[in-house]
Amino acid sequence: MVGQEFSNNRAIEVNSLNFYYGDSQALFDINIAIPRKMVTALIGPSGCGKSTFLRTLNRMNDIIDDVRLDGRIMVDGDDIYDSKMNIVTLRKKVGMVFQKSNPFPKSIFDNVAYGPRIHGTKSNSQLAEIVEKSLERSGLWEEVKDRLDDSALGLSGGQQQRLCIARALAVQPEILLMDEPASALDPRSTTKVEDLIGELKKDYTIIIVTHNMQQAARDSDHTAFFYEGRLVEYDETSNLFTNPKEKQTEDYITGRFG
Amino acid sequence: MFKDKAIKGVFVGMASTSIFIMLLIFVFLFKEAFPFIKHPGLSSLLDMKWVPVSFQQERFGLLPLASGTCLITMLAMLFAVPVSFFSSIYIAEVARPMEREILKPFIELLASIPSVVLGFFGLIVLAPLIKSFFGLQSGLNAISGSILLALMATPTIISVSEDAINSVPSSYKNASLALGASRVQTIFKVVVPAALPGIIAAVMLGAGRVIGETMAVLMVTGNAARITANPLESVRTMTATIAAEMGEVPFGSTHYQALFWVGIVLLVMTFSLNVFSQKILKKYGAFK
Ligand SMILES: Nc1ncnc2c1ncn2[C@@H]1O[C@H](COP(=O)(O)OP(=O)(O)O)[C@@H](O)[C@H]1O
Ligand SMILES: [Mg+2]
Repeated sequence: MVGQEFSNNRAIEVNSLNFYYGDSQALFDINIAIPRKMVTALIGPSGCGKSTFLRTLNRMNDIIDDVRLDGRIMVDGDDIYDSKMNIVTLRKKVGMVFQKSNPFPKSIFDNVAYGPRIHGTKSNSQLAEIVEKSLERSGLWEEVKDRLDDSALGLSGGQQQRLCIARALAVQPEILLMDEPASALDPRSTTKVEDLIGELKKDYTIIIVTHNMQQAARDSDHTAFFYEGRLVEYDETSNLFTNPKEKQTEDYITGRFG
Repeated sequence: MFKDKAIKGVFVGMASTSIFIMLLIFVFLFKEAFPFIKHPGLSSLLDMKWVPVSFQQERFGLLPLASGTCLITMLAMLFAVPVSFFSSIYIAEVARPMEREILKPFIELLASIPSVVLGFFGLIVLAPLIKSFFGLQSGLNAISGSILLALMATPTIISVSEDAINSVPSSYKNASLALGASRVQTIFKVVVPAALPGIIAAVMLGAGRVIGETMAVLMVTGNAARITANPLESVRTMTATIAAEMGEVPFGSTHYQALFWVGIVLLVMTFSLNVFSQKILKKYGAFK
């Protein structure tokens, strides 16, 4: 496991996490501490539980029927599965970007303003300010500033994904969960999204699921390798890629399976 | 190549057949209604009274009938739309799978009740209730009719809007929930707006059924052809008029022709309703 150097700078701490879909267990005894304001990459073959793990962190698994979880997940020192935990507060703090971009069928402006409006911002000037800032942050402002009232569905795939990132940023999260955010994009849009992630890590804790080994190696500070529902290896990215300790990790990163 | 052409021919043939039949209906209606234009003249359709059989003066004003149809339709939609709207949301978004399995067949059952049977129910159960509740002399009035029609329109509206709600991609819901929105916020700010064109189409379909319905209204609205906005008065709709009088009218008489005018106006009304709902679907269907 990663050393103790960030012990008092952990954004997320997971202890003995087990997760079940009905009778089938998807995650086995996961222990991991995720450092603040860094990029942590989750890698592993398809079906190994990366998305499931990611969704435990903002409790998006709660909306799936018949799931069960034990263990403990602390975010900023709060047990997020405690009955006193307010799920709205949690999801404001832990934003999420999905694999397939999913803008609402609303205008570009209304997409970004959705979160702040939900959370009670009414003033139009305030909303306009948040929208501009978030779009600037996601590198989309210059491209869309003249057509904020147009439908978001008219944007290109890459723009839509950056819009979704802007929408997530608009509620001022501390942590961003990204589930293969570039996997459905063309190479140029992928580069843009990856560059953006590099930019964002200055201010946000980012956990990103990726299938792309180069991306993981290039953009992340730490990497966690999952295999069949278990966390096999977790280390600084440079260590994990140059000097994996587990045979399974080595096989995976050298492309022998998955 | 030949096969392609043949298949295309079949499709074009089918499509034009339906248009042809539609035209034929119009032509037929006009043919029967035509002599009325010369005598007593179209302006007599604007009379305020419908008195087709009289020793003094026959009067063929469509306004009382059209106003009856409008009043009944609007009242029925007033009852049916809110109920159907919230029911469809409940079934599509809130109900547990178990509840859904009970509710859906129940609603389909409601849709399959023949309208005569509902009319019977209206006559025996509903009208007396309305009568004693409002202290009237008779319960056969606009409100009884529209409650029955609401009962008929509700299953259609519910199942079509439920389909519309179900077809909203779950990725929209996930995006909303992940931003910290509650389920209720997600339903009303994301799901319903996305499903709105379908919901409007459902309401239009329901309205179409209400306007075209004959049996139940014939049995419970009291059938007095008068212009009124009071739901507690008896009214008479266009469909009920045709159904009640067509059997007894002398073939080719002025009265006979007037009934065809009723049919033409009814057709124009439902046709415009359809065009109107298509317009709405076009305008809001794909977000501009
Ligand atoms: N909604 C679900 N219901 C039941 N099983 C699921 C569901 N989502 C994922 N699984 C199962 O959990 C395991 C992990 O899936 P997932 O977390 O999506 O993996 P990954 O993101 O690494 O590809 C898989 O075996 C998958 O079939
Ligand atoms: Mg996945």
